[in-house]
Amino acid sequence: MQSSPIRDLIVGLFVVSGLLALAYLTFQVGGLSLRTRGGFTLYAAFDDIGGLKTRAPVSVSGVKVGQVTDVELDDWLRARVTLDLDPGYELPIDTTARIQTSGVLGDQFVALEAGGGEDMLRSGEEIEFTESALSLERLVGKFVNDAGLEED
Amino acid sequence: MIGAIQRLGNRSVGIVEELGRMTVFVAGVARTLAMPPYRLRRIVDEVYDVGALSLAIICLSGLTVGAVLGLQGYYNLARFGADGSLGAVVGLVLVRELGPVLTALLVTGRAGSAMAAEIASMVTTEQLDGLRMMSVDPIDYVVSPKALAMGIAMPLLNALFIVFAFVGGYLVGVSYLGLDGGQYWTSLEEAITVADDIAGSLLKSLVFGALIAVIATYRGTTSEPTASGVSAATTGTVVTGSVVILVFDYVITALWGV
Repeated sequence: MQSSPIRDLIVGLFVVSGLLALAYLTFQVGGLSLRTRGGFTLYAAFDDIGGLKTRAPVSVSGVKVGQVTDVELDDWLRARVTLDLDPGYELPIDTTARIQTSGVLGDQFVALEAGGGEDMLRSGEEIEFTESALSLERLVGKFVNDAGLEED
Repeated sequence: MIGAIQRLGNRSVGIVEELGRMTVFVAGVARTLAMPPYRLRRIVDEVYDVGALSLAIICLSGLTVGAVLGLQGYYNLARFGADGSLGAVVGLVLVRELGPVLTALLVTGRAGSAMAAEIASMVTTEQLDGLRMMSVDPIDYVVSPKALAMGIAMPLLNALFIVFAFVGGYLVGVSYLGLDGGQYWTSLEEAITVADDIAGSLLKSLVFGALIAVIATYRGTTSEPTASGVSAATTGTVVTGSVVILVFDYVITALWGV
């Protein structure tokens, strides 16, 4: 077979486009990051995280500012969630972390609500005020219980 | 009674012999790939045949498969009010299962068959014997570049298939059925992880590529030197290749859960 520059070019283009597709799948879709993102890490302990998973978004007033990178149990058997926040945000020390659901049955995410404190949270610190996931079953159970008590 | 058992024994010995010849063949391919000369020129030409010429069919199939997943996923998820998870369904199904398997089946039909037919007709016209007379190892010169090209092209084609299918799902789900585009990509990206899904997809496509390469080249070189031998090698490659891909797909998923 004669070597032809055009064929070599097509093969080169094919390989490059294939590698680009692979890189897109790995880094964008798969979410692999080669370096630490230069942001900062906060921790928050919850009594009940519901269905929160890693890679769930973290938002302030509905704007995404980071994601959940780890969920584990701490020494007191509470769920300790690691939040990886983008650089450039400053949160007061009395920030509240709350687990919310987008829509009625949608995915869960961590909503941060800034307080009015003077001091700012530093990387590696723990958010003190947390609110657990709202469990639909527990809510219904509570409602039924309350209704039952009133009748007595 | 004894005759039947004898035939069974004969058949078993035949299968073992065939597997042995195949192993020697694969070892030969591996040895010539590991040792110089590396024949870059031949490999580039074969990547053109296997990969670049398969691009059109892979991209078009990817687009349509993604589109039909978008339709099916939307209608069936909407029954549970979960049409927001369309991206996750399309993404997981494609990356873990349909991407590698459909790409491998398409490549078997398009490039594997051509590979077997080419080598088989070289056998028929005694070109491989001619190479041997010039003391050129036909495995080194003809077979190995084809096998390696298949191994290079398969993961790349797989990745392209998946990306095009994502776009197909997006076109149907978002542009046609009116889902939210941001939600489609977010749910897709949140569902897929590198370690489980992307790595498994790559592993599958590499295994499938190696399997097709071995089956096609082996069937080609061992074909009868007749016209019907060429057609038997081609058909055998497509039939055996497709079945082996599906069987290995199950085995890989069952063993490693990808």
